[in-house]
Amino acid sequence: MRSLLYLCTALGVIALAAWAYRENHLTQQAMNQQRALEREIAALSEAFSIQRAEWAYLNRPDRLRELVDLNFERLKLVPITAAHFGEIGQVAYPMPEARSEVFDTIELSGEIEQLSATLEESLP
Amino acid sequence: MIRTPLRPLARVLRARETGENPDLIERENRRLRQEAARDQARSRAETRLLAVALLFICAFVVLGARMGLLAATEPLELARGLPEDISSARADILDREGRVLATNLSTHALYAETHRMVDPEGAARELARIFPEMDAQRMAARFTDPNRRFTWIRTQLSPEQMQAVHDIGEPGLLFAPREMRLYPNGRMAAHVLGGASFGQQGVRAAEVIGVAGTELFFDARLRDPDQVHKPLHLSLDLTVQATVTEVLEGGKQMLNALGATAVLMDVYTGEVISLVSLPDFDPNNRPAPPTEGEPADSPLFNRAVQGYYELGSVMKAFAVAQGLDEGTVTPDSIIDTRGPLTWGRFRIRDFRNYGPEMSVKDVMVKSSNIGTARIMQPIGAERQQEFLRKFGFLDTMPLELAEAARARPLLPDRWSDLSVMTISYGHGMSTSPLALAAGYAALVNGGRKVTPTLVRQDRVQAGPQIISERTSQQKKLMLHQVVQEGTASFARIAGYPVGGKTGSADKPNPRGGGYKKDAVLATFASVFPAHEPRYVLVVTLDEPVDTTGPEPRRTAGWTAVPVSAEITRRVAPLLGLRPVSLDAANATFAMGQ
Repeated sequence: MRSLLYLCTALGVIALAAWAYRENHLTQQAMNQQRALEREIAALSEAFSIQRAEWAYLNRPDRLRELVDLNFERLKLVPITAAHFGEIGQVAYPMPEARSEVFDTIELSGEIEQLSATLEESLP
Repeated sequence: MIRTPLRPLARVLRARETGENPDLIERENRRLRQEAARDQARSRAETRLLAVALLFICAFVVLGARMGLLAATEPLELARGLPEDISSARADILDREGRVLATNLSTHALYAETHRMVDPEGAARELARIFPEMDAQRMAARFTDPNRRFTWIRTQLSPEQMQAVHDIGEPGLLFAPREMRLYPNGRMAAHVLGGASFGQQGVRAAEVIGVAGTELFFDARLRDPDQVHKPLHLSLDLTVQATVTEVLEGGKQMLNALGATAVLMDVYTGEVISLVSLPDFDPNNRPAPPTEGEPADSPLFNRAVQGYYELGSVMKAFAVAQGLDEGTVTPDSIIDTRGPLTWGRFRIRDFRNYGPEMSVKDVMVKSSNIGTARIMQPIGAERQQEFLRKFGFLDTMPLELAEAARARPLLPDRWSDLSVMTISYGHGMSTSPLALAAGYAALVNGGRKVTPTLVRQDRVQAGPQIISERTSQQKKLMLHQVVQEGTASFARIAGYPVGGKTGSADKPNPRGGGYKKDAVLATFASVFPAHEPRYVLVVTLDEPVDTTGPEPRRTAGWTAVPVSAEITRRVAPLLGLRPVSLDAANATFAMGQ
């Protein structure tokens, strides 16, 4: 009984040691991966900050103004003033499309007076 | 402890007498003794168990607390491998809409480790070819100096230059990573941003420190490792700032002014939307402070914040406001304006003679020095000081700029009755355009004190009430009347009713004594929309001359007002203000009275 207990304990210790060894390696692997990721993040955030700086530099007001002046022929951009505001009533609504409720039309020909005469009769 | 014998003689004798078995006594005593020993052992074991349990509980609590702490703290990105203590990190500065005003850009510095160099002379020659400003011989001397193992060559390199240096193939030339402060908008908002330079330098990094403006004021905040990822949002609006700069620059050129400044401020939150001072500079390449000449002539000088000037008639608004607020006059009171007003050997004159008497409203509209002097006369020095102090004119106007704290207003040594009168029309006391803007904001926002700020706010400042709402309402109408009927007629612009007051102050002689001839500081302090003001705009031009007419005109009505009007016309739509007709504005005024 006692030897069985010793055997179990020894097996347990071996199993735990193997587990700890594996965990150690996994941790180191994870740390390496993390370092690689950090380097990547650092590189990307540096690239991002450069892009942002470049974007801000390209969008600086002086340059935009020059571009507006250069492309005035095509774009005709002018500074916004009070004259560019409008009342809501000045907005032109799109005309409603004429709805046709007659389907499968056929061509007819006949005397127009007769048709109007019957119409008049039917009216009160 | 007295040990009880197992066979106490007295009890044994008594037992023998009564015929009992004395062995029973011994057994009884033995039992008691064993029980006592057992109880003692049990209690000792219990104490030990308790101690061990406590120990375990403590250990678990400590571990649990540590785990909880680890779980609760924010996960942090580890430092980007900077073994040195020097941190080059610095938070970005953005405008109110999140557009970049200042950011960092990584570049490289160039240094040499001379003992590693293979061909120092050749390297020096090549370097001189890449960098024209370098002297090959002096560089070679530095490289071959036996006492030197290390030398800095350049603090910043462009990528092209770095490649060119790399192509030399000299192993002793090495690159050190650097963060460079970049202001992508160039000269825009130069005085607000200030500038930055390198502090402590190491091979792996260099500190970027602020040298002026908000960069210096917020230096600790921008470099704080906990906040370095959070950009600093200023109250400036880049688009508005660009527009104001453009118009002001045009105006300064057309009117041949020495300098110009404009402050645009929200009257409720105190946020400075735009602050321009011309001439300006490029913060990417901040010039050295001047060693000779007047510091106020340097482009580094912030006229809006550091420039305390006698601003002239714009200050009349405060004299009249005090009269109205203390109830000594009403807008329709008649003031004696016969001139000149003589006080001792001093005479106060008006720009031209406005007749023997006029109403308080007309004193403002026509800008009568004598009128305001007469309004202030009965109020006196003490109450005038008290009133101006409430508006912040007697102290330094605070702003989040390193320069702001160093400038302070010039006040009369002795606040005499004459000072009371001259100060009522803006002479004898100096005020900065920023302080003037804050003062006008308080005049028209319902009478609450506003402290200007450069940081984006999300709530209205609830400052103390310094004048009554009624006075504020009357002032709004008067300022509007100045534009509609008085000296600031050029400020009438379609869609945006403006209220304001002009000021043309003679510039004091720098060599002391009196005022310069033909040198005027023209100021226009305006609020818009006049009927329910949201913004205050102060434009000041230094020695402007309008030469379009037959004779040169220097008064603010011909110089500062048209420039200010153009700024308002361009900026009001950008600020999201809907145009309103003059009739609508007048109707609002009629309702408020």
